[in-house]
Amino acid sequence: MIEVRDLRKSFGRHPILDGVSFRVESGESVVIIGRSGGGKSVLLKHLIGLLQPDSGSVVIDGTNLCGLNERQLLPVRRKFGMLFQGAALFDSLTVAENIGFPLARERRHTPAEIRRKVAEALEMVELAGTEDKKPSELSGGMRKRVGLARAIIYQPEIVLYDEPTTGLDPVVSDSIDKLILRVRDRLKVTTVVVTHDMRSARTVGNRILMLHDRRIYVAGTPEEIFNSTDPVVHRFVNGISVPKEHYF
Amino acid sequence: MKGAAKRFVVDWLEGLGRLAILARESLASLFLVRVAWRDFLYQLYFIGIKSQAVVIITGAFTGMVLAANTYFQFHKVKMDTATLAVVSVSMCDELGPVLTALMVAGRVGAAMAAELGTMKVTEQIDALRTLATHPVDYLVVPRLLASLVSLPLLTIESMAMGITSGYLVGVFLLGIDPAYLYHNMVTYTKGVDILIGLNKAFVFGGIIAIIGCYKGMTCGEGAEGVGRATTEAVVYASITILITNFFLTLTHNELLRLFVL
Ligand SMILES: Nc1ncnc2c1ncn2[C@@H]1O[C@H](COP(=O)(O)OP(=O)(O)OP(=O)(O)O)[C@@H](O)[C@H]1O
Ligand SMILES: [Mg+2]
Repeated sequence: MIEVRDLRKSFGRHPILDGVSFRVESGESVVIIGRSGGGKSVLLKHLIGLLQPDSGSVVIDGTNLCGLNERQLLPVRRKFGMLFQGAALFDSLTVAENIGFPLARERRHTPAEIRRKVAEALEMVELAGTEDKKPSELSGGMRKRVGLARAIIYQPEIVLYDEPTTGLDPVVSDSIDKLILRVRDRLKVTTVVVTHDMRSARTVGNRILMLHDRRIYVAGTPEEIFNSTDPVVHRFVNGISVPKEHYF
Repeated sequence: MKGAAKRFVVDWLEGLGRLAILARESLASLFLVRVAWRDFLYQLYFIGIKSQAVVIITGAFTGMVLAANTYFQFHKVKMDTATLAVVSVSMCDELGPVLTALMVAGRVGAAMAAELGTMKVTEQIDALRTLATHPVDYLVVPRLLASLVSLPLLTIESMAMGITSGYLVGVFLLGIDPAYLYHNMVTYTKGVDILIGLNKAFVFGGIIAIIGCYKGMTCGEGAEGVGRATTEAVVYASITILITNFFLTLTHNELLRLFVL
């Protein structure tokens, strides 16, 4: 279970998050939507302790992450998998070494086992046979999927996905959405997804949170959000901008 | 103006403090966490084996120029045969370790800062952290350990090259009597000189790795940040080596006076 209480964070003099609070129950999937540059990635990094808040707290299964040092955070992070917005693959390692990295670090598996699991994971993200490629030889969408495979291969209890389907074609997007659901249901994984893809938000989320004006503006089931009459929410989910007529 | 000066001092002290924390964490990790031996071996290859060409050339030409210069001065007072003794003692005590460390700082310190810096700006270090891996365990410790092992060995190589090439220059170019040249060198060079050199090299190895890794891990944003981190790693490591060397020389002398004489 993830509990965020009154989280505040600013970079320099710019407040990014200002009193964000929400809960994610075990086994639940939550989608976070919000404007570009609104602080979604920053919020996600707080959940896993990559960033420390200015005030407020992040509690994971009863452990407060704030104030823990890097080494104390290690056991908590073992519960987590995270897909970065830019995939963040290790560029000196091959695809197979990237995905096998968490398993190799655990030292509980033989190389043959790791190879088999990596092949399975690549199969799941529809990239079978790319084991020996370097990340620089992959397209953006392929990198994303390798990052996804690396985040879920060791079967973490909580997975954070930062825009898992941006840059993917509609068919692969759909298969990634289904993969996220499968991972959630089969392993009872607590899932937090940040996305701009409304179709994916509707399929993947048990609940949707909207980050707006530096805090959680609304929270609700997909139906509630997509049928909302609140002007901000309505414009966002239907992609309607406020025209700036005086420019042209 | 006063504010800027104050900020400079505060930043400087803060940096020094973080550097000390990194050094402490690395040492703790070295003893408490299992070392990633594969990465260590790769770093050993990169730092130790690949630096040899630079170190050999530096050592050889330093020994040669030192022999020639010493001879030109000593010849005036008829002390030709003491030439190699001077070369050997200064190669062992000072020039071997310092020049080796400076060359390695330029090659390896820069590479460490650039590599870790790039990993930082492309979020690879964050990715490492999410995979429950401490960046110090995985990135810093193998580099530190390899640097600590390599530097003394490279220094020995540099000393040997310096003395050999000094000998060759003395005998074949300057025409000094080889028997006396050799005899005087052996008489005046003590085992303790070599030990002092190796101890210095060990310390310099630590300085290069810790400063290189620190600059990489605290690198600023973007390509510019990586560039600056690389430059600073080399400059700071070099300056630290030169300053530390002075104090190490004093300390070693004092220790010698206390325990040997
Ligand atoms: N390390 C940092 N230093 C300074 N400012 C930062 C840093 N990281 C993020 N920001 C700022 O925080 C704000 C939110 O960034 P964030 O990446 O969380 O946006 P986002 O909601 O994920 O946007 P997008 O949907 O485009 O990915 C941005 O204005 C950004 O400039
Ligand atoms: Mg983002």
